[in-house]
Amino acid sequence: MTVPASWYLVLATLLFAIGGLGVLIRRNLIVMFMSIELMLNAVNLAFVALARQQHVMDGQVMVFFVMTVAAAEAAVGLAIILAVFRHRETVNADEVNLLRW
Amino acid sequence: MSPLVFFLLAIPMVLFSLGVVLARSPVRSALSLVVALFLLAAMFFQLDAHMIAALQVIVYAGAIMVLFLFVIMLLNLQQEPVEAARPAQRAIAVAFSVLFVLSVGLAALRGLPALPGPGVEGAVAGAFGSTEALAERLFTRHLFAFEVTSVLLLVAIVGAVVVARRLGK
Repeated sequence: MTVPASWYLVLATLLFAIGGLGVLIRRNLIVMFMSIELMLNAVNLAFVALARQQHVMDGQVMVFFVMTVAAAEAAVGLAIILAVFRHRETVNADEVNLLRW
Repeated sequence: MSPLVFFLLAIPMVLFSLGVVLARSPVRSALSLVVALFLLAAMFFQLDAHMIAALQVIVYAGAIMVLFLFVIMLLNLQQEPVEAARPAQRAIAVAFSVLFVLSVGLAALRGLPALPGPGVEGAVAGAFGSTEALAERLFTRHLFAFEVTSVLLLVAIVGAVVVARRLGK
């Protein structure tokens, strides 16, 4: 018996939902950020599985670009978290409310 | 890939992902994420994405996670106070996640078999997933996106340095 492509998509869906859950229920900026990385990886898994199913390399090229964007995003995002911590002495998303209606 | 290998990778992956979300201390979250990313790299390897698997280990489990751990250490967080309990928000978030998994998961399970293509188990051409095949696509059809990526990385470097710099000195 072999593993159908849909199982990979279900796994990717599960990982994406867990990441989204992390963004929604956690208030620590760093943990929220890690959850976003998890969501990006879930999408990468879907890309790779479908590239394998369709036998085209473009899916893997897309994963390459997603990784690059994730690296850039991590660098800028963590710099912002550092700057926020310097100003407010907190990484709690609820206390960073200057721009909230 | 046999179902056994799939579940050997998938079940710990889901558990460690839950660990990222549920762990109290950020360091534990980060370490759970490292394990989950390594398992994902193994799964990429099983899916004939050899170059992507290597990149996953180097870029994600290596560079990005080191960055995360550095920032956690730099911030020197005191033991985080228990996060303000908001049962309503939490319940809504869990409900939406479950709904998302059910809808998209069911759609994948029922809709995908109709998708044309050789399937995950069919034999692949010799070079599929290799560095050579990836580079061939990257430097021909996606050359422009590749070049734009270098600009993006440059902007990100400059932006990160400017934002993280101490102002006023």
